[in-house]
Amino acid sequence: MSMSEFGAEAEIEFRGTRAASPELDESGELENASRPGSTIDVDADEKAAKRKLGFTFWVSALWLVLVIGGAILAPYLAIKSPDVNFIQPGERPPYSPSAEHWFGTDQDARDMFSRTLYGARTSLTVGFAAIAFGVLVGGSLGLLAGYFRGKVDQFISFAFLTLLSFPALVLAILITVLLERSLTTIAIVIGILSVAPVGRVARATTISFADREFVLAAKSLGARHPRIIIRELLPNVLIPMGAFSLLGVAIAIVAEGSLAFLGQSVEKGPTWGKIILTASQSSRDLEKYPFMAFFPIMTLFLTVLALNFAGDRLRSYFDVKELSL
Amino acid sequence: MSRNTASGFHQPGPSRASSDGPLLELDDLRTHFKTERGLVRAVDGVTLTLNRGEALGVVGESGSGKTVLSRSIMGLLPGSAVTSGSVRFAGQEILDLPMKQRRHLWGAEMSMVFQNPLNSLNPLMKIGKQIAEPLRLHLGMDKKNARDTAVELLRSVRIPEPEARLGQFPHELSGGMRQRVMIAMALACGPTVLFADEPTTALDVTVQAQILEVIGEQRRDRNMAVVLVTHDLGVVAGHTDQIAVMYGGKLVERAPTRTLFADMKMPYTKSLLKSIPKLSDPSHTRLSTITGRPPDLVHPPKGCNFAPRCPYAREKCHHEEPTLQTTNDPNHVFACWYPVGSPEFSDREAELDAAGYVGASKESAS
Repeated sequence: MSMSEFGAEAEIEFRGTRAASPELDESGELENASRPGSTIDVDADEKAAKRKLGFTFWVSALWLVLVIGGAILAPYLAIKSPDVNFIQPGERPPYSPSAEHWFGTDQDARDMFSRTLYGARTSLTVGFAAIAFGVLVGGSLGLLAGYFRGKVDQFISFAFLTLLSFPALVLAILITVLLERSLTTIAIVIGILSVAPVGRVARATTISFADREFVLAAKSLGARHPRIIIRELLPNVLIPMGAFSLLGVAIAIVAEGSLAFLGQSVEKGPTWGKIILTASQSSRDLEKYPFMAFFPIMTLFLTVLALNFAGDRLRSYFDVKELSL
Repeated sequence: MSRNTASGFHQPGPSRASSDGPLLELDDLRTHFKTERGLVRAVDGVTLTLNRGEALGVVGESGSGKTVLSRSIMGLLPGSAVTSGSVRFAGQEILDLPMKQRRHLWGAEMSMVFQNPLNSLNPLMKIGKQIAEPLRLHLGMDKKNARDTAVELLRSVRIPEPEARLGQFPHELSGGMRQRVMIAMALACGPTVLFADEPTTALDVTVQAQILEVIGEQRRDRNMAVVLVTHDLGVVAGHTDQIAVMYGGKLVERAPTRTLFADMKMPYTKSLLKSIPKLSDPSHTRLSTITGRPPDLVHPPKGCNFAPRCPYAREKCHHEEPTLQTTNDPNHVFACWYPVGSPEFSDREAELDAAGYVGASKESAS
């Protein structure tokens, strides 16, 4: 009810401004003539103007674009190879940041900037792939549980709880010890760990929508279960899920870092976790050359922070939209 | 609109085969819910008939079972519900039909308009798509045909500029418009009976009249039966042929609309009518209310359900449940020991009037 009041208020406001300025009235009329039902559109525009994603979101998005873009384009950028030892005669690595090596080098004189970018390739892939797996498996299970309830829900919720109660790190180490530590394995390991939390969010969201009358309306028009789930529920659940999964990616990246720190992450190539591990292996070196760990940690931290900010903003952005419906 | 046989329900062809009998016959329909508190008798033995093209108003307070009644007929009940009795649709028993066959009825033969239009449209689907969906599903129309029909439907429920609406999302429309869209969706496949479950409760008064007008128009145009579920006797007065008053899951009075308003028998019906504020009342007139609360459907009162709240109740009402009886009009049935107009009723009314009882009838005096 309050929304319709708000709508009426907005319309009055709009009429008021139009009456106040004759030129605007002209254009307003023109628009009205060319586009039928434009009062409704204007209302929607005004609402949109009031709901902004905000400065932090755009800064976060910019950072993410930079990191993801850099990661994707790393092999084509004019940067140094991540695996070459740039030993400077007469000097013992690691080297401090310089024009030559922007982030300095590690103990093996490998370029840190390049390694951080290449590390992003693995870390981000693992992060996104893991959550994609979690959303696919956990999301589907959650949808089914939330829609059908009853026995299905009991079984799936039990499975989620079991997964949640299992010590995550033990499970991860168990799998990585047994299997070849390829990028796919690591992504799936973290993916499995994300199934339960993602699935529970999907279930809760589904329940809140499954009780809405439009689902009953679709049913009363003869729609079958698959149709209701895919056409009516899925799109509604995906929006909050999408925002939530951004937060999930951040957690997955950190999880990969933890695995790497335990020496259980992807074997080939640098990852953020592995770079930090290498940098902190010698405490004497780290004391003298803190930049070695500082840059990869900063990148990891900022990326996770940006993902959190962006996910959080998106979530509340769509929440507001939900309220206005 | 031509109906296609693609809906699959038509093998027995019930709606067409016996088009002379009543469309919908309920016989002792009961819907009980198993809950932790016990068995909730939401609908408790309702017998009704509805003819083609006829409008039936189902009236009662919240919790009187009117919504559950309409959903029981449709078959849209949660798993905890147990139904018994009989629902015959166009001569065919549908209560024990398997879900699969029942689904073929939904949309194509019977459809429903819900109370809250703000909730009953998918917020993420464009209007056009939502209306076209049942058309394509039941009638197997192609995209273009469905679109044209959708425009036609929107126009028929008096939505201005229907073409422009197709591309809009529900939140861009007002409540009244959304309810029209809901009605258009419900009408899409040309049902023979439309259930309107409090279709105007969430809308403001001016829009209410328009929506009821649209439903009435469509009923006449399509010779479609309408079941209008509402708590407001004023809403059904002008828009129905027959009214069923429900109380505590039971049918307490049923009569043709005109008869009911002219000669209501059940004190409950009378109280309902009196609780509508009248324009002719002087301002600051105290609103007449029905004291007490609807009966507990887990442990209903022993005698008449309404007795604990009924100012005219006597000893007998608290012990013996009244059965449905007819007046001299065979279409007018009611369940009351001391109906309006009986000597006992008049006696009590005189007593109450003398005591200045606010809830008592003043109309008889005026």
